[in-house]
Amino acid sequence: MIQHLLSTRDLDREAAIRILDVAEDMAQTADREVRKLPPLRGKTVVNLFFEDSTRTRLSFESAAKRLSADVITFSAKGSSVSKGESLKDTAQTLAAMGADAIVVRHHDSGAAHQLAHAGWIDAAIINAGDGTHEHPTQALLDAFTMRSRRHGADSRGRGLDGLRVAIVGDILHSRVARSNVWLLTTLGAEVHVVAPRTLLPHGIEHWPVTVHEHLDDALAAAPGAVMMLRIQTERMRDAFFPSSREYAREWGLTAERMTQLGPDTMVMHPGPMNRGLEISSAAADSSASTVLDQVTNGVSIRMAVLYLLVAGSSETADSTGGER
Amino acid sequence: MTGILIRGASSLGEHTDDIRIRDGVIIARGSLTAELGERVIDAAGLIALPGLVDLHTHLREPGGEASETVLTGTRAAAAGGFTAVHAMANTSPVADTAGVVEQVQRLGERHGYATVRPIGAVTVGLAGEQLAEIGAMARSTAAVRVFSDDGFCVHDPLIMRRALEYVATFDGVVAQHAQEPRLTQGAQMNEGALSGELGLAGWPAVAEEAIIARDVLLAQHVGARLHICHVSTAGSVEVVRWAKARGIAVTAEATPHHLLLTEDLARGYDARFKVNPPLRRDEDVLALRAALADGTIDIVATDHAPHPTEAKECTWAEAAFGMVGLESALSIVQRTMVDTGLLEWRGVARVLSTTPAEIGRVPGYAEPLEVGSPAHLTLIDASSERTWSVADLRGRSQNSPFVGETLPGRVVHTLHRGVSTVLDAELVDAETVAAAHEAVTRG
Repeated sequence: MIQHLLSTRDLDREAAIRILDVAEDMAQTADREVRKLPPLRGKTVVNLFFEDSTRTRLSFESAAKRLSADVITFSAKGSSVSKGESLKDTAQTLAAMGADAIVVRHHDSGAAHQLAHAGWIDAAIINAGDGTHEHPTQALLDAFTMRSRRHGADSRGRGLDGLRVAIVGDILHSRVARSNVWLLTTLGAEVHVVAPRTLLPHGIEHWPVTVHEHLDDALAAAPGAVMMLRIQTERMRDAFFPSSREYAREWGLTAERMTQLGPDTMVMHPGPMNRGLEISSAAADSSASTVLDQVTNGVSIRMAVLYLLVAGSSETADSTGGER
Repeated sequence: MTGILIRGASSLGEHTDDIRIRDGVIIARGSLTAELGERVIDAAGLIALPGLVDLHTHLREPGGEASETVLTGTRAAAAGGFTAVHAMANTSPVADTAGVVEQVQRLGERHGYATVRPIGAVTVGLAGEQLAEIGAMARSTAAVRVFSDDGFCVHDPLIMRRALEYVATFDGVVAQHAQEPRLTQGAQMNEGALSGELGLAGWPAVAEEAIIARDVLLAQHVGARLHICHVSTAGSVEVVRWAKARGIAVTAEATPHHLLLTEDLARGYDARFKVNPPLRRDEDVLALRAALADGTIDIVATDHAPHPTEAKECTWAEAAFGMVGLESALSIVQRTMVDTGLLEWRGVARVLSTTPAEIGRVPGYAEPLEVGSPAHLTLIDASSERTWSVADLRGRSQNSPFVGETLPGRVVHTLHRGVSTVLDAELVDAETVAAAHEAVTRG
């Protein structure tokens, strides 16, 4: 097992499937009367959030608590960090407190990588979103959701082979898109991305994806899942597109476009949604929508990641039926 | 004043003889016998090069003394074989008045490690809006001839046109930091597949090339000299080549780091590799080397940019741009240009001494190592090799991208106007250098 979770590029197929399978185990415990499991008893998990994200923070907190870890939440706002304390000093402070794992959300790309590799702290680092780089647990929970919808109780051990996934929206600035592109490809899915050219990164022709500039072209390819990304309205000011009305018309999953989707096509969104912009209420509230499943599965995935990184590799092997 | 006899050095790696120095001047060459009281430097096996001249150095004083001072920066220069440096204007206060440039020049003169030629700002406060007092700086005792807003591009085309015309009035040159500001808002690294993957905002090559294209045309139109700082892309090389073919008076520099390093180093988010302009692709590195060899790029300039540790030990986006480079420049040029067969040592002398001195109007470098020339020279052991470490740095800052690299060549002696600043590969102490320098200049 890897020591940190910084990027989905670091996961090979076997490691990715192992996380998804352990998350299946974790999901089952949610149905029990007593939800709490003991494996992280005596371990300290720090949630280090330099950027506000109530949803991700609560998801990680909940995951760590269900595994009986001690949880410290450190929000940068109003703390010494916002008063100029560096990432290095914060890391060393947490090291001195004896953190076993640090879940870090940061507005700068590479922050998690630096925490893991600069030699400031020895803990396992879990990237909970770094700038416009990656958000690996989001991609894992998305993959988990797709696998569950597709294979139900028969999911264990499987990848996403043959599934066609269209990721729609601000690919340029999206860490969710990046993590998903690498992970879905590793799991055997066929990834399509859709955006106006202004919101596609330069050099995307080198990514393992099929690029569409128009949503209708991507939908014509009959994807098994359509993942809508949140559009930041400030992108309009920076001339990435002219107006929210035009964006919704060209790249939004409107009620009309919903009718073009196949009966089993999933509609996904990492949240929070801009209803009426990238996604219509008709799409968000339809039976095809996995939005709430994604939230639920987020806790299971984060439990799995914390368990595998913090509880130690020997237990990992036991829980997944032994390593080859 | 006693003289110095340098025995057995190979001038420009071409032929071996002895060099006699007296009162800061080379007075004889040939097969010479030591005279009574003469200090002898045994230079057998060493290559003699003219003292190196850097057209692009950040000495940080006044205002940035936590990173570098005129003293520490010129010590780093001497350690790298330099005898003259051009001190960039982005100090605090900015070098946009005669008072500041005279102060910087005087500090250099007092310490004696190298000739310090201040660069004047093109615009007041580097703000790009109003011309600085270019005439006053040119007429001051610092006799400024190079003007630059380096760190910022003179982006307003009308201000750039006026600057070219006005600076030409004083036999000066505008050294342009070619970076279209709107195309590089928030930019962090070269724009390409890798920037997309790493989630770092891209810095497109066109942001540099578009400004160079505009400015060579402006220079042609007004008949002025133009110098392009730190050319970093293959496309920029093409534009400069085209301009020179048209007879436009443009010169260009490449930095040592752009001759060796590529954007792949951003992969680990180690901010030591964050620099402006950013590290580019392999094909850009190769284009720069070829252009330096064929003269399209005229010189190598270090863009020595010291920063304190805390400015680099942070996230990539928070970190300062820049790398130190004085101590390592010659080794990088040897590795990328000499050891690859692209340049002879005579060519190294051209790109690191004669031509930068000509662009900056620094006297005394036109006839390197010739009898009658000031004794600015450096003696190097080209066969030496070492793993570069922070212990090899002599300035105040340690932000070298080459730490851990195996680099060829070593500066064994540096003489600035006949005064040893580096002796047997060690810096001579500040008091000795200052006293000896004062004695030469007084004499």
